[in-house]
Amino acid sequence: MYTTTASFLQDPDFIRSLYIVAFSLFIYALHEMNHPRTARRGNMIGAVGMAIAVVATLLIESVGDYGLIALGVAIGTAVGVPAARSVKMTAMPQMVALFNGVGGGAVALISWAEYREALELGANPELDALIPILFAAIIGSVSFWGSNIAFGKLQEILPGRPIQLPGQQFINIGLLAVCVGCAAAIASGTESEGLFIVILVAAAILGNMFVLPIGGADMPVVISLLNAFTGLSAAAAGLALDNVALIVAGMLVGASGSILTMLMAEAMNRSILNIFKGGFGGGGAAPGAGDGEEKPVRSTDAADVAIQLAYARKVVVAPGYGLAVAQAQHTVRDLADELEKRGVEVRYAIHPVAGRMPGHMNVLLAEADVPYDHLKEMDEINPEFPQTDVALVIGANDVTNPAARDVADSPIYGMPILDVDKAASVIVLKRSMNTGFAGIDNPLFYAENTSLLFGDAKESVQKVLKEVENL
Amino acid sequence: MDLLTELTILVLAAFVGFEVISKVPNTLHTPLMSATNAIHGIVLLGGLYLVGPADGFVDELLCVIAIAFGTINVVGGFLVTDRMLHMFRRRD
Repeated sequence: MYTTTASFLQDPDFIRSLYIVAFSLFIYALHEMNHPRTARRGNMIGAVGMAIAVVATLLIESVGDYGLIALGVAIGTAVGVPAARSVKMTAMPQMVALFNGVGGGAVALISWAEYREALELGANPELDALIPILFAAIIGSVSFWGSNIAFGKLQEILPGRPIQLPGQQFINIGLLAVCVGCAAAIASGTESEGLFIVILVAAAILGNMFVLPIGGADMPVVISLLNAFTGLSAAAAGLALDNVALIVAGMLVGASGSILTMLMAEAMNRSILNIFKGGFGGGGAAPGAGDGEEKPVRSTDAADVAIQLAYARKVVVAPGYGLAVAQAQHTVRDLADELEKRGVEVRYAIHPVAGRMPGHMNVLLAEADVPYDHLKEMDEINPEFPQTDVALVIGANDVTNPAARDVADSPIYGMPILDVDKAASVIVLKRSMNTGFAGIDNPLFYAENTSLLFGDAKESVQKVLKEVENL
Repeated sequence: MDLLTELTILVLAAFVGFEVISKVPNTLHTPLMSATNAIHGIVLLGGLYLVGPADGFVDELLCVIAIAFGTINVVGGFLVTDRMLHMFRRRD
């Protein structure tokens, strides 16, 4: 029996029970994310789970040095809270990359600290802890540095185009071999902090090398994959520390990141291996782009667009990243409001890779107060295009390219697209006649039912809005 | 706990994760990623474990940075997710 409350609270079984409560709350939190109505509550439940896990850990008898803990938590809060409060929704991908990076960095540091502590006690840890420690060190370090590079590219500190060294793939394989080789040496009995540091450094360079060659348009895949990496490294740290909450939480994130990685790669019809070979978003003349002849396009003006929209029964807006770059989401919502006042049904067709991370476009439109039930996923909206009067394409190109569906030798053949060309009339808002990110010509622009409105997306929408109001 | 028990838990968690997360709609994939991001900030616990026994400047420094990183990950992640989800609403 317990003589005091304190000894009950410090009972390892009680603490383990708290961990079970914590990971159950994480699973329930993710379950609640299955609908916009419950998702916010789900996020809060997750935060409660986290608080329980932290309190449980602080109760453990051997956990001490509260001054240092308070210092770490204070620094983290001072950095994390203002960043989370002030970040713009357009900058969400780089914020997520940064948060993901510090998570990976924490894993790498913890594995290092744990290895040092074992050496100070006189020997390598047991293999069942040592192997997860080594795994966590490699993946955590790759994730930290890879995420930082992804952040740099998204924030445009680094150029978004692929940066590649000659023989890059061999360098990467070499770096991976160094990591695995040193890890094997430690696992087979070598006691050396030096080797451990070599692992961390080689993994760091590998993290840089593997994100640098990836173009901006492939970022949704990279961010998802790095998310999965950090999750898996956290699960490995859980194995090393014998902590169930860490194992489950890390694995849940690993699963989530893996699913999103596969979905994003599928939405671009590219294998993950192909993306990491890089170079696709590099511009240059892609096949199909240069058959030399000038094809006629039909350009239109704001007044004509306004008439088409105002007298339509159903309008579907297909937004692309260009809309976010032009900050046009609020103006588009105003136009939609005006049209709805006139009895026009307005829906939004969201391609999975319309933004710079999975689901990014939905967040941007939600910020502009577009009701979430007007945001339609690709599979849901595609059958509706034949009954659509006007498809309004704003800042999107490759994801509306019918060549992906019809031209078997097109480089993007097989990529799922929004079937905007099946609408009675298509209006494309475009800055100029440049080809899209993939550098591939888009037959949609030359189709008979397509007209183009040239100019900055935001200004064009404003002009159309004014014309609609004057009708 | 022995390794095999832990691996059992790991594998089961993977299947639960795949099941639960497959049901999240595309619309919520950004908040999902940002929430799972916050959840992997749980590595913070590792820093809490190790800072007590740590002695010497380097060990303590590593742990404090790890705790700070983990806290950024957790606090920032949950806050920013809440901000995003607050915007997803039906029009009244």
